[in-house]
Amino acid sequence: MMALKRKDLLGLRGMTKAELEEILSTAQDMKSILLSNVKKASYLQGKSVVMLFYENSTRTRFSFEFAAKYLGAHTASVAVSSSSVAKGESLVDTGKTLQSMGIDVIVLRHPMSGAPHLLAKHVSASVINAGDGINEHPTQALLDMFTIKQKKGTLDGLKVAIIGDILHSRVARSNIWGLTAMGAEVRVAGPSTLMPPDIEKMGARVFYKVEEAIKDADVVMGLRIQRERQQKGLLPSIREYTRLFGITQERIRLAKADALIMHPGPVNRGVEISSDLVDGEQSVINEQVTNGVAIRMALLYLLTRRDYNAVH
Amino acid sequence: MLCIKNGTVIDGISDVPYKADILIDKGKIIHIGENMGNAADEVIDATDKWVLPGLVDSHCHLREPGFEYKEDIGSGTRSAAAGGFTSVACMANTNPVVDNAAMVNYIKSIARAKGVVKVYPVAAVTKGLEGQELTEMGELKEAGAVALSDDGRPIMNSQLMRLALQYAKGMGMLIISHCEDLSLVGDGVMNDGYMSTVLGLKGITRAAEEVMVARDIILAEVLDAPIHIAHVSTRGSVELIRQAKRRGVKVTCETAPHYFCATDEWVDGYNTNAKVNPPLRTSDDVEAVKQGLKDGTIDIIATDHAPHHRDDKEVEYSLAANGISGFETAFSLAYTHLVETGILSIQELVQKMSKRPAEILNIDAGTIQVGKPADVIVVDLHRTYTVDVSKFYSKGKNSPFNGCTLKGKVIHTIVDGKVVMKNEKVII
Repeated sequence: MMALKRKDLLGLRGMTKAELEEILSTAQDMKSILLSNVKKASYLQGKSVVMLFYENSTRTRFSFEFAAKYLGAHTASVAVSSSSVAKGESLVDTGKTLQSMGIDVIVLRHPMSGAPHLLAKHVSASVINAGDGINEHPTQALLDMFTIKQKKGTLDGLKVAIIGDILHSRVARSNIWGLTAMGAEVRVAGPSTLMPPDIEKMGARVFYKVEEAIKDADVVMGLRIQRERQQKGLLPSIREYTRLFGITQERIRLAKADALIMHPGPVNRGVEISSDLVDGEQSVINEQVTNGVAIRMALLYLLTRRDYNAVH
Repeated sequence: MLCIKNGTVIDGISDVPYKADILIDKGKIIHIGENMGNAADEVIDATDKWVLPGLVDSHCHLREPGFEYKEDIGSGTRSAAAGGFTSVACMANTNPVVDNAAMVNYIKSIARAKGVVKVYPVAAVTKGLEGQELTEMGELKEAGAVALSDDGRPIMNSQLMRLALQYAKGMGMLIISHCEDLSLVGDGVMNDGYMSTVLGLKGITRAAEEVMVARDIILAEVLDAPIHIAHVSTRGSVELIRQAKRRGVKVTCETAPHYFCATDEWVDGYNTNAKVNPPLRTSDDVEAVKQGLKDGTIDIIATDHAPHHRDDKEVEYSLAANGISGFETAFSLAYTHLVETGILSIQELVQKMSKRPAEILNIDAGTIQVGKPADVIVVDLHRTYTVDVSKFYSKGKNSPFNGCTLKGKVIHTIVDGKVVMKNEKVII
């Protein structure tokens, strides 16, 4: 297997189809390890992976931690309260400190866009972006793409509708880059105050009526709506959002009959998506979580093989 | 006596350049003519070079007192000299703020002791730059402040701004307005547009600048008071000022080199050296700023020299300080992007970087004339070089132009008859 030539995974922007395919096919192999009776491989034996989280997260952090452990790596988690970002030790200094302890991979979640890019410039360890501000969340998009590919066999030509707060969504940005590179049609829909400017230039089709975005879609993905958007005046009320943009049983009938329902979690049941859809037959929300571990195993494997391939 | 020999002179007054020697004595220009080198003790050979009035900067940050780790008056004025500036007006956002006569005197005395070019303090409009109470503008003027500005912060309260303009008009003082509606800026950190979408950085709408430009023009118009708009960066601002000038409003304005040489695409890669306020805009805005310079809507080019320490720039983009270290690239950027491209003639550039800023600040500078202070620079307009921030005299190495190849270089800088920079080396 040919290894990814990058030191870091900072985002899906600029990633080639070949690179994305390699990650997705490696994830396939990793999923069989994950689903086997003894979840243990030695690909990361002698490697150390640290989870450096400046933002709260349970699923992403655990997902990375288990992925690293299943592959035999040493792991540690550092939770830094985001309030100390502007004070305390600088991100660059923290990264250098970790590197001096022999860390091979730093998994970084940070409330500020571009923080992983800054860190990657200053350390020789691999940096994996586990979500930076409102910029990207590449491993989430990869697990979404992996899930869709597993269910549909391909991504090419599929219509994927992403509904909700696109402006503040790092999941949406990564999915637009990744899915369009793989030949899918990405549609985004939401209130106009939550739509970033010129997003169509990224390759997405923009809709302000959720019904139009969902029509004939192969995949419908909801995004979390945060209540603070109402306080900041971006939304008049959560109630109106749910009424006009909520993903409901009735609206989902406009999509293809076998459309997948996805959500990066955590879900606000009854706000951006109705409970019966979350728990319904078309939902692949729990499988997304499983696939997340497989994708992260694949990335850890590929990024740590980089040196190995250079030497041999 | 000092003689600058064999140069092509652009004096800021006549329309055509001419070959002449310039004789300087006791800080003044005493003769402009031919074959005058014999009387001089020191001769600067300007053969194949151009002799211009020293550049005048209406807008810079020297950081002293309070932020000497970023810049001080010694390093800042050496940087200015290296860039060909012989007179600079420094903004009031130091710590403490220059909001009283004693602080104006303090800046002037430090500048006399450590400065190598002439420093003209700009004092604050409101006490502590807090936008609450007016400063003692009369005393500030007596102490020697050349203008008033809360630069770095807008005066959000429109009534206070109205009163500031009215009171300043009565005192014969000019207000330089930093136009930024903070409620529209919110937590934005770069220009709002495709690049902010791609980079996932919160955007600052151009309206944040333009709303305030419009407000300030209206206030100045109602009061028939002068106003100077700082760092114009958008097409809309240029258009508002153009219309206001047609109506006869006493508005002047400046832009800075980065607003006609760089766009928000430079932020890609989270380049904090391209983080500046107002933010770098789009290529359409760059075109509008160039057009504004060409048709005279934009009166002058200022540097907005804003040096920062790398500790303030090697951080997450959202946390990084705003500003570009601008003295040492300003002339070359303007020459390369405006004169070489045919937008301005070299004579027009001299108007925008020497004569007009001196007029706006009402200081005795900006032309080469017998009897005037001998503030003169010699530039090589054929010289092409690559910007290297590690060679900056400024403590601030924060320039997005590092590595850019530019044309036109300042070779010698003379302030009040004293050679401050010789052969591209600051010698005092």
